[in-house]
Order: sequence, then C-alpha cells, then structure tokens
Amino acid sequence: MTRAVTVLAPGPLTTVQDRGRPGQGALGVGRSGAADRAAAALANRLLGNDPDAALLEVTLGGLVLRAEADLLVVTTGARCAGAVAHNAPVPLPAGRELRLGMPATGLRTYVSLRGGLEVEPVLGSRSTDLLSGLGPPVVSAGDVLPVGPAAELLPGVDLAPLPDPPGGEVTVRVSPGPRRDWFGDDAWTALTARPWEVTAESNRVGVRLAGEPLRRETEGELPSEGMVRGALQVPPSGLPVLFLADAPVTGGYPVIGYVEDADVDRCAQLRPGQSLRLRA
Amino acid sequence: MRVLPSGSTALLVELDGLDDVLGLYAALVEEPLPGVVDVVPAARTVLLVTDPAATALPDVEAAVRRVRPRPGRAGTGETVELPVHYDGADLPDVAALWDVHPDEVVRRHTGTGWTVAFCGFAPGFGYCTPDGDPWDVPRRDTPRTKVPPGSVGLAGPFSGVYPRESPGGWQLIGRTDVAVFDLHRDPAALLRPGVRVRFVAAS
Repeated sequence: MTRAVTVLAPGPLTTVQDRGRPGQGALGVGRSGAADRAAAALANRLLGNDPDAALLEVTLGGLVLRAEADLLVVTTGARCAGAVAHNAPVPLPAGRELRLGMPATGLRTYVSLRGGLEVEPVLGSRSTDLLSGLGPPVVSAGDVLPVGPAAELLPGVDLAPLPDPPGGEVTVRVSPGPRRDWFGDDAWTALTARPWEVTAESNRVGVRLAGEPLRRETEGELPSEGMVRGALQVPPSGLPVLFLADAPVTGGYPVIGYVEDADVDRCAQLRPGQSLRLRA
Repeated sequence: MRVLPSGSTALLVELDGLDDVLGLYAALVEEPLPGVVDVVPAARTVLLVTDPAATALPDVEAAVRRVRPRPGRAGTGETVELPVHYDGADLPDVAALWDVHPDEVVRRHTGTGWTVAFCGFAPGFGYCTPDGDPWDVPRRDTPRTKVPPGSVGLAGPFSGVYPRESPGGWQLIGRTDVAVFDLHRDPAALLRPGVRVRFVAAS
C-alpha cells in the first residue's frame, strides 16, 4: 500500500511546512517555514524524522485525515481536542482517521508523520509561503499527501512533557532594532511598558498588534531594507506588526525593535484577543 | 559604514548609497563571511543573517568591517540580454515627461548598461540601476491592480521586469518574453544582485 494520507477536511487553514528557504533573500525569496519552529522540530524529533522533514501546520484545528497505510503520527504545538497523539507518537493504521478539534489554547498544531510528507519541493523547500505564493498549494479536502519511508531509528520516546501554549498574557524579550532612533524614548517606553492586543488580522506573515499608536520622531521615507522574523515594524498607523515566518524579505517602514529569536515561536501561538507584553 | 542591530540573528549594515551596496555585496558573494547564511542587499543597506550556532554577531560585525568592497559596478560578472517589445501603455507618458519622442525613451533605455542592485517586492523582481547619471521617473499616480508578467517598467531611479502578474505602480514602457523568474530553471531568478543587464529592442 502507498504510504500516504488523504485529507478529508483541512480546517480553517492547513499548510505543508518544513524549515523553509534560507539563503535566498537576495533573490527576493523569503525564509518561510513552520511558524512555531520549536514545535515543528519536536514533532519530527519524536518520530526520528530528518529535521528537514515536511509536516502539516494546522491553524485552529479542524483537520481530518485518513491513513492510506500503517503510519506513525504525532501532534505538537496547540493541543487539539481529541488529539490522541499530542507530544506522544501513536500508530495510525491504514484506514484510520485522525480528527483534530479546536485547541483550548494556542493557534498552530503540527502534525508529523514518520517519514515526512513528500510533496514536490519548490526552491529547495516544501514550505508554503502565503506571502509570495511559493511552495505547495494550501492543503484542501481530497488531497492525497505522500509520506516518505522511515529513515532513522525511532528515538523511543513515549511522551515529551511540555506545557501547552498559554491562553492568557504572554511576555517576550525585545531589543532595539535598526530604526530605534526614528522614535523617541516615549515611544520605546510605550512599546515595552504596556501590553498589546493581538488582532484578528494576524497571519503567517505577522502578528498585528492593537494599542496606543507609537509616534515617530523622524519623518520621511525609509528606503526598503532587509529584515527577518521577529522584526517589530511600525507602519504609518503607529501600530506595530511583529513579523513571523512569511515575512517579506525587505520592508519600507522603520523596525523599532526585534523580539528575541527564541521567543518568536511562542508568538506564533498567539490567538486574536490575547495580550502580548514586550519586555526590554 | 554603520552597523545596526537587527535582533539576535542578524545585523543591518548601512552604507552611503547604491554603489557602496553593490561593492560590498559583490565582495561578500566572492568571499562569504563564516556563519552568515543570507546576505540581503537593498537600496542603502546590506542585511547579514547569521546562523547563531556557527558564529556570534560581534565576530560578524568585526569581519564585515574588514571587507574591502569591490570597486565600480563590476557586479558578479554575468550579463543578461533582455529583448523588449517597446509598446508599453505608459511609453507616451514617459516621453511627454521628458519632452522627447517615444523613440528617444527606447534609445535611452537600450543605450545604457544596467546593474541589478537588489531584489524585492516579489521573488525575482530585480531593481536595475543605470550606468551614468541616475534616472528619476515618478510612479503612476494610480497604481494598476494587474500588471502582466514580463512588463518592463520605470520608477524612481530604477528599471525592472515584473516576474509575474501583480499590482504595480511603475510606468510600463514595454514587455519581454523572457521569464525573469522560472521555478524550473536553476537559478530561478535571472535578475540577481550584481548581474549586468542590457535591454535590446525586440525585432
């Protein structure tokens, strides 16, 4: 029997992701990849997969898929209702369905299969970049996704004991960015003293924040410049955008600060309405 | 050279202008810095993205300050010739702006060498800068919602080719049949930073 899974329902948004397309920024090709890199890496590690193996990134649950062969599955990140394999690999025998309900907390759940998803790579990666449109198409009902052969030995871990993503206020570390000096000290204080609300306009490109707008001191236009995941860009509205996996390669608004790289993954689990504190 | 912070994995090197960016980028392509996984040139800056497991930001900063930029616009030594059908919808407007005949716009566009300074906006969209005096073409007052792929445009000091259909505010002077971004070609992007470009009138 062919190693594959059939998607019966994708939920609100499911994409294929891996570690993205590093090293192609000069061509205007963004990094992309799993939004919560730590959760995705854990999923592959629990199955003994290659760190570059592709998996599913499920937004707000709702995914239903059926195994077309005897497979091994694990979910990480946001814990979905009914997920039997969360942080703990379980067999998914041929014909059996995996059904993910809504997560109680967190936004993105990673579904990894032993052997990894073997959809066609684009520019060296199987990540779907929703900003540039590169990579495999967004997962939809009826898709049959091939699963590769198991490569490494199973690590023999039953369960990775990890806390679920929090549902309340989240605090991350922030440091001054390249255009910190375009803003006065009052703006920096406002950025780091008060909590920001995550809005519903957030996506894989970035977390859009609501709060008291930040006032710029330097006027004028900024020639576009390179930036990476974690950048806190301030558009003319004064409301910062925290860039995530599908961030553009360059941006034309000043970046006031950067969220510590190790903390950006936690930001990828923030849901609209949640509160984010940026601690200097 | 100013080196600005960009989080725990990257540094933003700010330079005086496009020529300095081209010179530093060419040097960094020729002799990559250890631990730097991506180099992103832009109009006035070069972003260095590092692998934190392989290097530390202070070491990268010290290393980039030691780099000797390549002089002039030698670029990376590759040249691309792009045949253009000069029948763009904005060709008359650009000609009127310069108070010349449309043929003169074509003559100027084909009569100078260009260098891809950097990419942005979309994968494979190269911002080409002319040899000699900088150009200055205002964008369209109203951007188009759909610009067909292959459209050759002018905006500010740059000329560029739309790799795929997208919205856009550049003045369109023509179109090329050459796919400037093709996923089935290696490299996919034809107009990479440092590549020399020559536009020729298609017969």
